[in-house]
Amino acid sequence: MSVLVYTESENGKFKKTALEVASYAKAVANQLGTTVTAVAVNVADASELGNYGVDKVLNVSNSTLDKFNARSYAAVIKEAAQKEGAKIVVVSQSADSKYLAPVLAVGLEAGYASNVVEAPLNTAPFTVKRTAFTNKAFNITTIDTDVKVVGVSNNSFGLVENSGSASAEDFSPAIPDAGVTVQSVDKATDKVTIADAEIVVSAGRGMKGPENWGMIEELADVLGAATACSKPVSDLGWRPHGEHVGQTGKPVASNLYIAIGISGAIQHLAGINASKVKVVVNTDPEAPFFKAADYGVVGDAFEVVPALIEKLKAFKAANA
Amino acid sequence: MKILVCISHVPDTTSKINFTDGDSKFDTNGVQFVINPNDEFGLTRAMWFKEKQGASVDVVNVGGAETEPTLRKALAIGADSAIRVNTEAKDGFQVAKELAKVAKDGGYDLVIAGRESIDYNGGMVPGMLAELTNANYVTNCISLEVEGVNATAVREIDGGKETVTTSLPLVIGGQKGLVEETDLRIPNMRGIMMARKKPLNVVEATTSGSETTSVKFEKPAPKGAVTLVDAGNLDELVSLLHNEAKVI
Repeated sequence: MSVLVYTESENGKFKKTALEVASYAKAVANQLGTTVTAVAVNVADASELGNYGVDKVLNVSNSTLDKFNARSYAAVIKEAAQKEGAKIVVVSQSADSKYLAPVLAVGLEAGYASNVVEAPLNTAPFTVKRTAFTNKAFNITTIDTDVKVVGVSNNSFGLVENSGSASAEDFSPAIPDAGVTVQSVDKATDKVTIADAEIVVSAGRGMKGPENWGMIEELADVLGAATACSKPVSDLGWRPHGEHVGQTGKPVASNLYIAIGISGAIQHLAGINASKVKVVVNTDPEAPFFKAADYGVVGDAFEVVPALIEKLKAFKAANA
Repeated sequence: MKILVCISHVPDTTSKINFTDGDSKFDTNGVQFVINPNDEFGLTRAMWFKEKQGASVDVVNVGGAETEPTLRKALAIGADSAIRVNTEAKDGFQVAKELAKVAKDGGYDLVIAGRESIDYNGGMVPGMLAELTNANYVTNCISLEVEGVNATAVREIDGGKETVTTSLPLVIGGQKGLVEETDLRIPNMRGIMMARKKPLNVVEATTSGSETTSVKFEKPAPKGAVTLVDAGNLDELVSLLHNEAKVI
């Protein structure tokens, strides 16, 4: 009956979202008066999960799972859910978890609510609050099936520490043929991803050309932030598609979103709305972004950004 | 190759979002509906397969009669025929079940849906459809090539991309990158005239229930006014971000 959570890892270490979904699963388990079981794939030491409310970890160790595959991973989680008799399965909304969740839901004949941003509002009927209309609204939804899959939006619930410890158990589920084979992965390993970043520095057409992105990257570097861009910038080919944030690009739910030279079209604002604090730098005081931002600087990016980099470096040095 | 493109009928990206009937329903008053952008990238890629590889392209939507202009637009862009499953779309699972029936009955080799609709943002239809039809499945797809029964696709992952190989039958969750924005087609007069004569078949739904129920909608709390900081006093901005917002 315990709540099952899939705790995602990369290179044998849990992602931050794994600790967040574990925290969420613990909140649900508290509401239901039950325990939390996590599934971890190819993680050497899963004891960290105990600090976030997990009571038991099912450790899967299998080299065929070294590369992510939606169908195989969904099968692993499904078997774990059935073994534990779990009625609630919690996953993150990383690219991989979003990929596997619908497959898992079909396998468990479960209703699935994605983009959930709060602990359940009610457990009977099981009621969740999720974003819809690309963050322009929330949708209160009940999941009416016996087994339920909940996808928790990244950085919406946060980490909740818990003084506990998790027992470990080896778990060897059947792994079906994947049908999809990963040939190559192209990923910058030294950069923070938009999905995981606490801070995102994003720039738009106000930067005038791709050759001026050096200062944006430097600002991101000082802050330990991911870089992103507006739709026109990606359409013009100044920056890669993967950096495009907004309604048809990636959603951003960072703690701090800094927009440089982005006017704030409605579809851009929708995509970044879930970010907690927004800062805008723009020459045009009438730019719509100022209505959506918490802090604003009216000024030329080519002067403000280098100056801000110096101020932040001084701040970091003083607070190091 | 027989291709089925799933078309979601959604409010234009610039629409004001309001609700009616005690905040239980989306207010369609004055809203322009369009082909879901993620689906339109897939439809445009399907047209490429039609023109270069002789594929046939059908489009399908699950919804009431009010969605037919959106299907007609897909026909005007170049799809051969359209299917409308005549029922209100209640949730992703229900829509996926209806689409699975259409996909199986039609014997499609490749089904292209959007990675998510821009209204409900469920992001679940392509994955559920693949599982229900026992097809291979790639979502967040930014490139797709098909040769015979073999397919090569590129999937966007967090912080990068990965290239995968797979085979038909295949379900794709498409997005920008499958084609570029500049590749999208605006229907011309000839296309619009031809679309009127193309078949639009209405089929009845086979499933009745849904797994989830939308209870109501809420709008985010209104935002407070922006705090403006002078461009010559960025120390203040750093201080506000540290002491007030506590984000650095």
